[in-house]
Amino acid sequence: MAIGQARSTGDKSKWAVANTVVLLYALIPVLWILSLSFKPASSITDGNFIPREWTLENYAQVFQVDLFTSALRNSIGIAIIATVLAVIIGTMAAYAVARLRFPGKKLLIGVSLLIAMFPPISLVSPLFDIWRGIGLFDTWPGLIIPYITFALPLAIYTLSAFFREIPWELEKAAKMDGATPLQAFRSVIVPLAAPGVFTTAILVFIFCWNDFLFAISLTSTSASQTATVAIANFTGASEFAEPTGSIAAAAVLLTIPIIVFVLFFQRRIVAGLTSGAVKG
Amino acid sequence: MADIVLDHVTKRYPDGTVAANDINVEIADGEFIILVGPSGCGKSTVLNMIAGLEDISDGELRIGGNRMNERAPKDRDIAMVFQSYALYPHMTVRENMAFPLKIAKMDKAEINRKVEETAMILDLSQHLDRKPANMSGGQRQRVAMGRAIVRNPKAFLMDEPLSNLDAKLRVQMRTMVAKLQQRLSTTTVYVTHDQTEAMTLGDRIVVMRGGVVQQIGSPQHLYDHPANLFVAGFIGSPAMNFLPARLENGALRTALGDLALSDELRRTLEDADAPREAIAGIRPEDFEDAALVEDHVRARGSVFTAEVDVLESMGSDKFVYFKIEGEQAMSEDLADLAADAGTADVPESAGHLVTRFAATSVATEGKRCEVWVDTDKIQVFDPSTGANLTIPRPAPAPSSASRGISATESG
Ligand SMILES: Nc1ncnc2c1ncn2[C@@H]1O[C@H](COP(=O)(O)OP(=O)(O)OP(=O)(O)O)[C@@H](O)[C@H]1O
Ligand SMILES: [Mg+2]
Repeated sequence: MAIGQARSTGDKSKWAVANTVVLLYALIPVLWILSLSFKPASSITDGNFIPREWTLENYAQVFQVDLFTSALRNSIGIAIIATVLAVIIGTMAAYAVARLRFPGKKLLIGVSLLIAMFPPISLVSPLFDIWRGIGLFDTWPGLIIPYITFALPLAIYTLSAFFREIPWELEKAAKMDGATPLQAFRSVIVPLAAPGVFTTAILVFIFCWNDFLFAISLTSTSASQTATVAIANFTGASEFAEPTGSIAAAAVLLTIPIIVFVLFFQRRIVAGLTSGAVKG
Repeated sequence: MADIVLDHVTKRYPDGTVAANDINVEIADGEFIILVGPSGCGKSTVLNMIAGLEDISDGELRIGGNRMNERAPKDRDIAMVFQSYALYPHMTVRENMAFPLKIAKMDKAEINRKVEETAMILDLSQHLDRKPANMSGGQRQRVAMGRAIVRNPKAFLMDEPLSNLDAKLRVQMRTMVAKLQQRLSTTTVYVTHDQTEAMTLGDRIVVMRGGVVQQIGSPQHLYDHPANLFVAGFIGSPAMNFLPARLENGALRTALGDLALSDELRRTLEDADAPREAIAGIRPEDFEDAALVEDHVRARGSVFTAEVDVLESMGSDKFVYFKIEGEQAMSEDLADLAADAGTADVPESAGHLVTRFAATSVATEGKRCEVWVDTDKIQVFDPSTGANLTIPRPAPAPSSASRGISATESG
């Protein structure tokens, strides 16, 4: 008993140390940006972790730039639409991959893997030309389409793993209870796959939100420029001032929606939702 | 409520496995029928074909006189209870049981009334608002039953519904299932590989092996007149004893000595054109401690002496195990049975004779004991086909008897 306790205290402190190290590793850059965003331009380079003087000037400046507000709107709109579409298509495709036997299934999986491996940079210039040709350049769909394409493999993979976890028999039971395949899918499979759907949604949203490559190449005006691009285009108050403070403030603003999004959906990701379906 | 007819039904899986071969069963309205057999013999496949969860490769399935082959499960109006219960984990007990009714677009008040009524029957009333995850195995099992009975289907299909329960609960639930079926008198097809369940529950039993029906009949009929070695060995616990036997001058020469046969038995064997080398099957209860057998009864059978190896007293009676010398009975059927029981690799399990004596027997381990055999009850089997030669048959069996042909239908 005593030994067991001693050991568990030892274990606990070891875990505490490990956790702290990981947390610091992940959080220091974020905190650093946070600190930068509150420093006045004069002390930006003083190297202090905690600002000597606090100011909201950087944030005010960010919102004075019209481009940033519209970019934020574009980012939110494009990321949400792309996420919703990718998750809907991904859910159906993943269900087929996990449950059905159909000709060309291997091909579908292979192609989606291929897309995931394809370096986006090699697609950017052809896309640029095509988009200009067909009028998708600098529009929302112009970004939403490539986002869906690149998010789908990820969505299909995560979701099909979740679908495989759901016992086949639940679906058979629904069929025996008189449900059509669509009813069975909607009232039994989807609710059970919800944690998977939300996980996938978070991942896809983050991917779209953080993308820079497509956004910078396929947009040019405030009509569709996203926040990541807007930050890169910041200029200082004068031509010679570095916009470090504003960039930091914008970066902080940019992470807020993601944090909100994750926190909102995380509550739905209840592990072990399927427990109790079968024996045990 | 309806009858179910399987008319030359065959199932071939895409990979070529024939899981059910030419199944012919007529299940009467309200009948409780058991599909039994070792693992992998195709019981679930047959059930799933009736349910509509598997396509029928050949033959016809009729429920209530209508062809069902092409109908989706939802249009067959039958309910199924799964081995794993398959309860919807995100729904409460109430929602689980209401699900089939909701799909059927019944109105809310009616659904509520039916669910509560069913919950009452199954003693689930106080659990209606719990989720399956927080319930015991027995309770989940009852919820699964409830979901099946709540909508009054034409038939129930149950695939090993009790096999996840512990032994005691299984006995309780067995009684409950029997009572429920009696009360509702809905046609029920029940799959199990537990022969006790098969014997106690069903009106009739269908014994399957390797996708082929071996015999159909009432539990008592299968017990008394098994069509072949496989059925004989499968039905009954402890299992029937099998001994190599040689037919000579109207007697069976076995490791237990010469067992004289009655005239009737002898005639039946002659009619069946029995081979000289055969397998004798004797049930444990057809032995008795010779000291306890009255003289006039004793004259009817044979007596031999052997050393008691193990003795298990059950209170009501005693199981006495003898070691017997000589060869073991060999046949494909017996090899299958041993493989199923998992005894194929246990050397001790062979060469044993299991007998059941009255509790008053004074047999002691390690001592020799006189044993009486009721030779009237002996069954004689053909080692090559497994067929029971002691069943009187009107016409001689075709000589090319294969496994499938040994299936006989009788009520
Ligand atoms: N989808 C399938 N594809 C190919 N073969 C299958 C398929 N499903 C079952 N089988 C085979 O069909 C045979 C019968 O299977 P089935 O599930 O009906 O057996 P069972 O009698 O229910 O056994 P158990 O008692 O283990 O449940 C087995 O040999 C099995 O391997
Ligand atoms: Mg089975």
